[in-house]
Amino acid sequence: MDPEGSPNIAGAGEAPVLEPGHTLATVTDKISSIVLGRGTTKGWMLGFAIALALLMMFNVAVTYLLIKGVGIWGIKIPIGWGLAIVNFVWWIGIGHAGTLISAILLLLHQKWRTSINRFAEAMTLFAVACAGMFPLLHMGRPWLFFWLMPYPNPMWMWPQFRSPLVWDVFAVSTYATVSLLFWFVGLIPDLATLRDRARKRAAKIIYGILAMGWRGSAVHWTRYEIASILLAGLATPLVVSVHTVVSFDFTIAIVPGWHSTIFPPYFVAGAIYSGFAMVMTLAIPIRKYYHLEDMITMRHLDNMAKVMLATGLVVAYGYMMETFMAFYSGNIFDRSMIMNRMTGPYAIVYWTLIACNIAIPQSLWSRRVRSNIPALFILSLVVNVGMWLERFVIVVVSLARDFTPSIWNMYYPTKWDWMTYIGTFGLFFTLFYLFIRYLPMISIVEMRSLVRETDKKPE
Amino acid sequence: MSDDSNSNHPTNETIDLAAVRAKLAKDGGKRFWQSLDELAETPGYRYKLENEFPENTEKEAAGIDRRGILKLMAASAAMAGLSACTKLPTEKIVPYVRAPEEIIPGKPLFYATSMTQSGLATGLLVESHMGRPTKIEGNPDHPGSLGGTDVFNQASILTLYDPDRSQTVIHEGRIETWAGFLTAIGDMRSHIAPKGAGLRILTETVTSPSLAAQIRAVLKQFPDAKWHQYEPCVRDAAHDGAMMAFGKPVSTVYHLDKADVIVSLDADFLTTGPGHTRYARDFSSRRAIEGPGSKLNRLYVVECTPTSTGSMADHRRAMRASEVEAFTRQLATEFGIASAGAPENSTSSVPPAWLMALVRDLEKHRGSCVVIPGEGQPAIVHALAHAMNASLGNAGKTVTYTEPIEANPVNQMNSLGELVKDMNAGAVEVLVILGGNPVYDAPADFEFGPTLLKANLRVHSGLYYDETAELCHWHVPEAHFLEAWSDARAYDGTVGIVQPLIAPLYQGRSAHELIAALAGEAGKSGHDIVRNYWKAQRPEKDFDAFWQKSLHDGAMAGTALPAIPVSPRTDIGREPSSPALDKDALEIVYRPDPTIGDGRYSNNGWLQETPKTITRLTWDNAALVSINTAQRLKLHHGQYMKLKVAGREVYAGVFADPGHPDNSITLHLGYGRRRAGNVGNGQGFNAYFLRTSSAPWMARGLQLEDSGKKYYFAVQQYHYMMEEDGHPADTESVNAFRRDLIQVATVEEFQKDPNFARHLETESGKKLSLYPGFKSEGYAWGMSIDLNRCIGCNACVVACVSENNIAVVGKDQVMRGRAMQWIRIDTYFRGNLETPEMYFEPLPCMQCENAPCEVVCPVGATTHSIEGLNEMTYNRCVGTRYCSNNCPYKVRRFNFLLYSDFKTPSLYGMRNPNVTVRSRGVMEKCTYCVQRINTAKIRSEEEDRQIRDGEIVTACQSACPAEAIVFGNINDPKSRVSKLKAQSRDYSLLDDLNTKPRTTYLARVRNPNPEIRE
Amino acid sequence: MAQIFHHSTNLISRLSIYGGVFIIAALGAALYGIELSPWYTDQHVAQQQPVPFSHKHHSGELGIDCRYCHTSVEKSSFAGLPPTQTCMTCHSRIWTNASMLEPVRASYRDDKSLAWTRVNALPDFVYFDHSIHVSKGVGCTTCHGPIAEMPLTWRAGTLYMQWCLECHREPEKYVRPKSEVFNPYYEPPKNQLELGRRLVKEYKIQSLQNCSTCHR
Repeated sequence: MDPEGSPNIAGAGEAPVLEPGHTLATVTDKISSIVLGRGTTKGWMLGFAIALALLMMFNVAVTYLLIKGVGIWGIKIPIGWGLAIVNFVWWIGIGHAGTLISAILLLLHQKWRTSINRFAEAMTLFAVACAGMFPLLHMGRPWLFFWLMPYPNPMWMWPQFRSPLVWDVFAVSTYATVSLLFWFVGLIPDLATLRDRARKRAAKIIYGILAMGWRGSAVHWTRYEIASILLAGLATPLVVSVHTVVSFDFTIAIVPGWHSTIFPPYFVAGAIYSGFAMVMTLAIPIRKYYHLEDMITMRHLDNMAKVMLATGLVVAYGYMMETFMAFYSGNIFDRSMIMNRMTGPYAIVYWTLIACNIAIPQSLWSRRVRSNIPALFILSLVVNVGMWLERFVIVVVSLARDFTPSIWNMYYPTKWDWMTYIGTFGLFFTLFYLFIRYLPMISIVEMRSLVRETDKKPE
Repeated sequence: MSDDSNSNHPTNETIDLAAVRAKLAKDGGKRFWQSLDELAETPGYRYKLENEFPENTEKEAAGIDRRGILKLMAASAAMAGLSACTKLPTEKIVPYVRAPEEIIPGKPLFYATSMTQSGLATGLLVESHMGRPTKIEGNPDHPGSLGGTDVFNQASILTLYDPDRSQTVIHEGRIETWAGFLTAIGDMRSHIAPKGAGLRILTETVTSPSLAAQIRAVLKQFPDAKWHQYEPCVRDAAHDGAMMAFGKPVSTVYHLDKADVIVSLDADFLTTGPGHTRYARDFSSRRAIEGPGSKLNRLYVVECTPTSTGSMADHRRAMRASEVEAFTRQLATEFGIASAGAPENSTSSVPPAWLMALVRDLEKHRGSCVVIPGEGQPAIVHALAHAMNASLGNAGKTVTYTEPIEANPVNQMNSLGELVKDMNAGAVEVLVILGGNPVYDAPADFEFGPTLLKANLRVHSGLYYDETAELCHWHVPEAHFLEAWSDARAYDGTVGIVQPLIAPLYQGRSAHELIAALAGEAGKSGHDIVRNYWKAQRPEKDFDAFWQKSLHDGAMAGTALPAIPVSPRTDIGREPSSPALDKDALEIVYRPDPTIGDGRYSNNGWLQETPKTITRLTWDNAALVSINTAQRLKLHHGQYMKLKVAGREVYAGVFADPGHPDNSITLHLGYGRRRAGNVGNGQGFNAYFLRTSSAPWMARGLQLEDSGKKYYFAVQQYHYMMEEDGHPADTESVNAFRRDLIQVATVEEFQKDPNFARHLETESGKKLSLYPGFKSEGYAWGMSIDLNRCIGCNACVVACVSENNIAVVGKDQVMRGRAMQWIRIDTYFRGNLETPEMYFEPLPCMQCENAPCEVVCPVGATTHSIEGLNEMTYNRCVGTRYCSNNCPYKVRRFNFLLYSDFKTPSLYGMRNPNVTVRSRGVMEKCTYCVQRINTAKIRSEEEDRQIRDGEIVTACQSACPAEAIVFGNINDPKSRVSKLKAQSRDYSLLDDLNTKPRTTYLARVRNPNPEIRE
Repeated sequence: MAQIFHHSTNLISRLSIYGGVFIIAALGAALYGIELSPWYTDQHVAQQQPVPFSHKHHSGELGIDCRYCHTSVEKSSFAGLPPTQTCMTCHSRIWTNASMLEPVRASYRDDKSLAWTRVNALPDFVYFDHSIHVSKGVGCTTCHGPIAEMPLTWRAGTLYMQWCLECHREPEKYVRPKSEVFNPYYEPPKNQLELGRRLVKEYKIQSLQNCSTCHR
């Protein structure tokens, strides 16, 4: 990654990654009390209720979808993929930040990751869960999804391995599995802590089962260390591979606006871009609500902002190259594709996305913005919107006007499209609320080690 | 086109109560009516209907309803069939008790029969599976067809199985029996006996010799009875024109295969009128090109509403229908028809240079040119055309005259007028209406509905319990032509026999049986009547052999009417020409609808969903205006207007139609039905509300009023969409030509550079690929489509729908861009807004050798066969739609919802048993009619031989009246398709994508008059 | 503090971790087994019929040729099911009052078809043609099994796609001389393979495996 984006080890003048005054005990108390101590707060209940309501709406939308078929959506010939695929790519992208933080930064020994990696990773899992919905639901006959997997069958048929959609199945499922394992392994010692601190018997048992008999023996710890390093190593390539494969869904096709070699890198960058934006969106309110300012410090926000700025620039470069190549290649289809994006019926979408993803985020150059929490929060939202629009432009606008003019058409999402999309937020936040309520959202173990290190001066 | 796009249809016009009372008074309260709206016939009423009727799948998309649940059940059942991992239900298998000889289960049989359109016969071959007619083909042995068909022929099979057809005899709204009806007729006969005063028979045009004989017999029995004929798209102009020119009615037969120069005076002779299917064949035979040397015919068209014929023109001038007369007079005077009235009192917009060039061209081709007048033009135009053809020495060569093919040629408008007069005078005791629907389609000034109620006993026979039926005491379901015996004459007089393929599905009775009953010969079967008639007519000693042969051939040998020598009066056109319409005054023009005709086909879903030629509009008619006029009058596309003519009014959506002349508005007839059936009811608006007997084709004094509402059209192509500022922009056509989708050159250019269509290819170098090319041994199927021949008539589209069990999706789904037709006719424009050149491009699956769809399918549901077919396996498809996204031609169609009708039993019989009926969630597309390929392969293998060239004919190919489509084995250099592909005109679409399509096109070559530079 | 778990749970947890994989695999195998089982495929399951018609008796013991009843097997995709007429050609003379045959006589009397239970039913999206198979030397018993030993007829194959493909991929393993096609007792010779290879050439048998061969 390029320098100004890279979050370097604490140096003079930078905010600390953990406010002073914390001892091993205080850290443990503070974090575990969120789960065991306070119990269910009003604020949590309210948020959870809303999330659950949205989830119910999602169920309605999906049920009706299964009854009727994808015709209830706005898709048509030629726009065979609509919001469903847009959302799929968007959610998958969101996920990436989590893996990046937990895996790559771990390998790079970035201490500042510690306090955010746990829920960043949870976010990954839930985002992938949401993303996974769409490829399934957008199928004409979803109940036959298993035909995309290789398995012995009396038809003597295999999936068609040349199709990127099959690669997707592997990429996404691997990603989900590894992320889950990595996250869970990381949780084990903390679960043990909770098991030991829990008062209610039920809690003891549940946390006990999940802790899988962790006793904190030296053997356990060494195994634990090895396991996390190995999994980190496994997860690292995934950060790059998954969205690369997702981008193949488009680049392998010949549709102007899809068929381009620059997609893999700028999809990955875009993914991390939106991912960090989402972490930011989540971190800021949580930090406030649970008074974690001392653990998720300005240092974290500042670093994340820098990462956003860096990846944002990569994305910008992607857009520029796309446009340049269209004209440089002299290919009539690419040319009219770009012209259509910039001046066609969807021009407004395109320019909004440019504003959201390129123009506005440039404000992150200034330290004042990076240290202004409301500004950061809004920026993170803007980037999320921008990245969603980017996928809309790629998927829908490219299809709306491709090779054969006679069949050109417009795409209008129906209420069912929107219900399905917004519904996935329900799924996401329901899971997320359950997570912050019943699991330690910051890794106690790692924070404790952080305490040790912050005690002695950084060399 | 958002979720509830049809929501803002007007529903609350103020109802003119006075009018309603008047109506009721007229009806004498007899009429059964539902609501004030219905009586007042406000457009709003029609919208309520529209939303009430099911083919509009909008409701599905918007929310769950009862039908939704039903559909769901059907769906699950169907999917149980399609998905591989469900246990199949136990089937029963039921053999005959006594097996009929000719039927071999699993093998189709073909029978010859004839279909009549306004009396004129087209010969057909009908495919029958186990006694169920399933597919219509043209009859090569019939002069009216030569193997070609039109949309109406193709779609008639759906009408046969239409569940909405009337099914029982109905007496005053209650179900009755045929026997009951016969008794009633018996009483009636004794009541009006002996002279039959007050008996009136109203038929449509009758060419059937046997039926005419029957009617005459009845008239003999009852001397005071009268026979009236009427149909809405009357050929009175032709009739009167002939009278004017020759003093007697004659039928005109054109021989376009002999014509080098053709002038059409607002005549759409390729897709409407007598013999159009044959004319299309003859015309296109003169558009065939072997090489730069080939000699093409040249077509001049002056017309109002843009038509197929206009699009084939080498020189087309758009002029208001009312100007054509002036133009004709101008032209006629040039040929020394001195009396053709001084043009100066009414001049046409045609520049003299153009006119003179045309004149010189005609002079040059004396005896090998022809002038064709249009049905929509006044008699004088026809008369002058006759005169011109005479003076150009065409008579007897490119045009011949025969005794009228109609059994009883009359001016039908007058004929109906007399009937109305008599009814008003109370002189009509019994009125027997055989076919037709005058209450719906009679001229508005006749007020036929109310007047009809003055006849004391009203009997109606028709396929549907329609607007007329509901006002009659007796309704007898008419037998469909595939259910009944009859006979009819083709455009040249040849008699074709109508023989049934199936016993009446319901209690249908043919006109023959009804007339027999009327003549007191009840119980005589249609078969006996027709056969006996001909037995009496024919001298042959071995009549049975003759009869068998006629049945087999579908046409009676030697019954074509002989040409008769006639010469036109010399003083034609003395009559003062009708006064010119001033420049900015609006003219209104009525035309039969390109896909549902005069309204008789409006309950036919296939035809409703077929995009109309050039406008690409489905499920609606519209007020077609030129783009200039739209801008001048500040009209937006889809603006919902009130049209007023002489106090009568209708509501219609404005539709910007390129190539339409300014200051003229075309309305298509046939829409706005109240009693068409579940499909046709409430679609579009009823232009008959405006149409009067004095001005059946064009009227003046049209006023427009904005209703402030927007009307949503279901078009399949969005070219020339008016943007909100009313500014037209046809980005589609512009791009299409920029991308070389249409290759076109003039004859000169073609001769200079025979390879004009191939430049793109040569530029992009020989087709390069990293991978070894696809080598197919044995057969390699390919198709060639000749853009120079295609007249855009849509016959292929409907034929494909019929052959491949393609579902009808309804207006709402079409608006959502989900039409299912496997072959579509792309239409592009070139040139100015006023008279653009129009190009048709039929687009089936290209069957690419490097098919982009195949690589992206995750489950291998679309694959490549060794014979180069791009196969689509429905039962493997999981519906990711990736293939469609990746198809550069976008020829794939997706079942977004459950479109196929698994509920209606009558439709089971209609389906092609050799093609899977697709369920929800699977992709489908053109297969080159693989079922026909396989059948032929099996036959040839069993006979241990190669498939012969031309043995496999795809549905689109066999339907095409212009022979524009040729299919065959491209590995065989001697096959027709190989020869065509070897031509220099051959090119493939989007060639530089290197998809290597098996379907290629022959470039269009125009043959303009060098003297005319436009 | 008190232990909440008995130490045996260690074992359980280990088992569940390592065993998980195998359990899932086992489930898959079981499902596949069921899909291939006669219970699911109706293979070898004799079907009840309105009249207990015995191929064993008619085709086997009496040696009536298949084509006597299945008349269109050489001409059409559909082998043809005999009309009641055909049964009556003999049974109007023999067994004229066998109660077993009453349904047949009734059918002939009241002109009501017999409704047989279909034994070999293919899904509607599969298009099979008898005539071409017969004319290429695929014997009746190749697909329909030892029909001459069936008192009540049963389905001899699973009718799964793999079952069709077995022959479509290697026809030489199954073809027989045309003269033997309708012989219900035909036994493939020892040298089936070389015979097969010869016949495949002789009869120009193609190994058709394109989807559109059977699916349209």
